[in-house]
Amino acid sequence: MGVNTVDVETPSHRKLARTPQEAVAGMNDGDLLLVGGWGGIGVPHELILATSKLPVRNLTLVSNNCGTGIAGDVGELFKAGLISKVITTFPVHTEAVDYLDRVKKGEVEVELTPQGTLAERLRCAGAGLGGFFTPTGVGTELGENKESRVINGREFILEQPLHGDFAIIKADLADEMGNLRFRFAARSFNPLMAMAARKTIVEVRELVPVGAIKPDDIHLPGIFVDTIYVSGSGS
Amino acid sequence: MNLPNGWSKYEQAEKVINYLRPHSYVNLGVGMPGIVAELLDDTKGINFHCENGIVGYRGLNDQEEVDPDIIDAATNPVGLIAGAAIVAHDLSFAIARGGRLDTAVLGAFQVSESGDLANWKSPNALIAGVGGAMDLAVGAKEVIIMMKHLDKNGESKIVKDCTYPITARKVVDYIVTEFAVFAINPNGLVVVDIADGMTEEILATITEAPFTSNLLKMEV
Repeated sequence: MGVNTVDVETPSHRKLARTPQEAVAGMNDGDLLLVGGWGGIGVPHELILATSKLPVRNLTLVSNNCGTGIAGDVGELFKAGLISKVITTFPVHTEAVDYLDRVKKGEVEVELTPQGTLAERLRCAGAGLGGFFTPTGVGTELGENKESRVINGREFILEQPLHGDFAIIKADLADEMGNLRFRFAARSFNPLMAMAARKTIVEVRELVPVGAIKPDDIHLPGIFVDTIYVSGSGS
Repeated sequence: MNLPNGWSKYEQAEKVINYLRPHSYVNLGVGMPGIVAELLDDTKGINFHCENGIVGYRGLNDQEEVDPDIIDAATNPVGLIAGAAIVAHDLSFAIARGGRLDTAVLGAFQVSESGDLANWKSPNALIAGVGGAMDLAVGAKEVIIMMKHLDKNGESKIVKDCTYPITARKVVDYIVTEFAVFAINPNGLVVVDIADGMTEEILATITEAPFTSNLLKMEV
């Protein structure tokens, strides 16, 4: 009909937070929070510390580990008493003292999930899919009470997508449109969590002008990123 | 019973390396399997894959500079081979689960005679972690277990049926302990290599599951 659609202006530049507190503002009680990192690297330390000081409770945390003894990792969230449930793959570091303490007191419910299953649940959520069948966990404790199906003669179990309210992630470079580059194994879960969350906040080592990261060198486009905070700029 | 010393953990790792093909893709579990990469100065062209998305890591040389973002499954610093690639977690586990990975070398609490693997949790443990163990066990073309023959109580870790929580069923191809190497085929366990001083008779007394042998009988 040739009618122009309503022209709502979309900012091409993502919100740049001046402080980590400003970056993580807006979380609510009961939110599901995705936190990037694997084995102590790719961890958004300043965003975690800022989150740990928020007046929110009963968060469900999704994180590969539950504390690796490094200041400013997800152990801070357990220490502050923000977490009532965690979905995790490898929480057994002896340094995860705050996690261990809360679990022993019965204050934190733990959902253990295989690492590849966690990655795919996040990817599924980000990709708009309703779940997937995996051979991982068949015939084990972690596969109990899950729908199973034989496909091409092999048994699989159904795993559900995992959507986050917020993701706090770490990248090496961002441009002002939110396009991201990660560094070596610090990539890991970070792009998947960015995809799976309603709102994604990234802590970056360096902010560069639009165009400084070549299109083929962008690991995750800014469409998955809402807010950028530059490490060390606001604390 | 007086048992011989058996192989050192380095000799055990050499036995594992015998089963790794040049230019194959191999994942090494946390613990004893980590020694395998340590022993391979030039990696024999093997591409070591890590859950964190590194495809092609190697042990660091002495005095080589450490990069904090390049670590192995035990979170120890490692180096990258020429031709290494880095992917995110979804692709890393597509490699593990999708049938591309040639071999996973893993530790274990127990392995059954039919190749069931238990390596993620002690019975009734309050705190446990699974990591990538289940994905690797179901996905790798070949699973080699590198472990001590006996547990802390002197019980056989090679069992008829696992009493520990299962990681995956019917997945183990070889077991390398300090006393022997076993292959697992459809008919059960077969001892294929044995440490100096160990005999099949002694081995049978410390191995819960029955096994056959294809060791060459040496004329004394």
